Amino acid sequence: MLIELRDLHFKWPGNPRDTLCIPQFSLSAEEKLFLHGPSGSGKSTLLALLAGIQTPDSGQLAVLGQDLAKLSAPQRDHFRANHLGYVFQQFNLLPYLSVRQNVLLGCQFSKLRRQRAAGLAGSPEKQALALLAQLELGDLADRPARALSVGQQQRVAVARALIGAPELLIADEPTSALDEARRDAFVSLLFACAEQQRTAVVLVSHDPRLAEGFDRSLNLSELNTASQVDHV
Amino acid sequence: MFEIALRSLRSRRLTVVLTIATIALATLMLLGVDRVRNETRTSFANTVSGTDLIVGARTGSIQLLLYSVFRVGNATNNIDWHSYEKLAKDPRVAWTIPVSLGDSHHGYPVLGTSHDYFRYLRYGDDQPLKMQSGHEFSHLHDVVLGANIARRLHYQLGQKLVLTHGSGDGALTEHADQPFTVTGILAPTGTPVDDTLHISLDGLTAIHQGWESGSASLLATTGALSADQDRAVPPPDSITAFYVGLKSRTGLFGVQRAINQFRGEPLMAILPGVALSELWQLLKVAEQALQVLSWFVLLVGLLGMMTALLVGLNERRREMAILRSVGARPWQLFALVVGETACLLVGGIAIGGALLQGALAIAGPLLRDHMTLLITPGWPTASEWLLMGCTLLAGLVVSIVPAWRAYRLSLSDGLHVAA
Repeated sequence: MLIELRDLHFKWPGNPRDTLCIPQFSLSAEEKLFLHGPSGSGKSTLLALLAGIQTPDSGQLAVLGQDLAKLSAPQRDHFRANHLGYVFQQFNLLPYLSVRQNVLLGCQFSKLRRQRAAGLAGSPEKQALALLAQLELGDLADRPARALSVGQQQRVAVARALIGAPELLIADEPTSALDEARRDAFVSLLFACAEQQRTAVVLVSHDPRLAEGFDRSLNLSELNTASQVDHV
Repeated sequence: MFEIALRSLRSRRLTVVLTIATIALATLMLLGVDRVRNETRTSFANTVSGTDLIVGARTGSIQLLLYSVFRVGNATNNIDWHSYEKLAKDPRVAWTIPVSLGDSHHGYPVLGTSHDYFRYLRYGDDQPLKMQSGHEFSHLHDVVLGANIARRLHYQLGQKLVLTHGSGDGALTEHADQPFTVTGILAPTGTPVDDTLHISLDGLTAIHQGWESGSASLLATTGALSADQDRAVPPPDSITAFYVGLKSRTGLFGVQRAINQFRGEPLMAILPGVALSELWQLLKVAEQALQVLSWFVLLVGLLGMMTALLVGLNERRREMAILRSVGARPWQLFALVVGETACLLVGGIAIGGALLQGALAIAGPLLRDHMTLLITPGWPTASEWLLMGCTLLAGLVVSIVPAWRAYRLSLSDGLHVAA
């Protein structure tokens, strides 16, 4: 299992009640999971836990068999650098770097991912260019990131999240700034790249229409018993 | 990481340039004040050297120093010529330089003295006076100019000039009947000598013959006295002060006591070094005020830098979240901010130092002309390196505030930043 979650409880400081309470959840390697749910269902909180930014108050959270709660904060940062790619809703890029430099940022903090990128394409540089070509951005590699359209920027973010073949890619509402036609194209490109290097995908969105093409679709409000309390 | 920092700085060009400019100007101020302060002190201490005692009518030691060396203010009383002769013959005395002040030329003091002035007067690191051109006065109406006077009033050898009776703004009566000829121009010394016109004591006596009542008599105005260049002139009645060099410095306090207890008239002998340091103590207040001010300018500059960094930080939360998402640790973001600040500081300090050199190159001649200060551009001194080091260190300490805030923000924001 890539991710194993059991009896997980999490509460933000100052909050009287649990934000997240998940009895069981797991994700297998290379699985593509669509996670949807209305706002307030705990999406951001779950992602922060999976990314190792936060740790659960109780219960078990294992990624790649590693209990994240047992790692120190710097170790979790290192773990994230090695095994996780992250795509934000928007503003994914450092505007003052070139597209290529933004992609290489994905393995800046991880020797492991630089090695894997070298193993896959010869060098991190080459993999960055290969990914950009695959995402139909081949001729933009040396443009400054700020010159790109929103849709192009989101694809650069995918390249950055996938460089060095991490085991897991997390995308937090990556298509909310795109129109419908480009949304579908974006998701299919994302899948193509992820499948090629066997990266599992967890895509979070409040828009259930995106669910097509995923191995599994989950409603977070059903998974998270803490949010069910709200609905009663 | 370093490249990210540089590119991030480049993307905030305007703020960065302004911040560097602030630091550069603060550094310029700090280094400039330090340089002027040190040069002033050095040039001050270098005004007299090799002179063991300065003798004048009894007054305050600083006042005696001011009028006899710096030509500032007036003597309360003169020394009788006979007293001078008597004291100069003391067996412990090696040489004396008589000094007679009171007249002026375009506001510059005229100093009557003997040839011993050129032979024995020392300044700086035991430097003798040197002629830039011409020679010492040899006739009654010869004048030797200080370097500044020749340059500022554009006087050349052989030129005639007229001295003014008295000094200050009220001095209007001119010794027009007895013009002086420039026979020599001294090399620059960086001391009040540069601003002085030197004539012989006899010349001074000659132009005042017939002036006993305080203004020109008929004898003087008819021009009857002006014709003869080498006529015999009686010795002066009195002089303003005299410099003393001793054969051996061991007799210093004995000679000083002898002069202070001189029976003929109330006299006073001062040690120029001691009096100079007393005077410097007085001026130190202004010097220190300037120094404190320059430190405050630096503080304001650093606070300005901190403000710019803190304000910039809010706009950079997005950047921080992105770096966190690819695995940057909070302390690396802390280091990023400190590193960027170090770049700003090093840039600002370097530019400030360069500006100082430029300013000295431009202002050096002005300072030399108007303040008799010789400040030349040059590689930073040890104390300037220290000041620049302190600036860098203070700036890095200040940068801890925004860096710590970046650290805290990156922890609390995590990956979640409202766009």
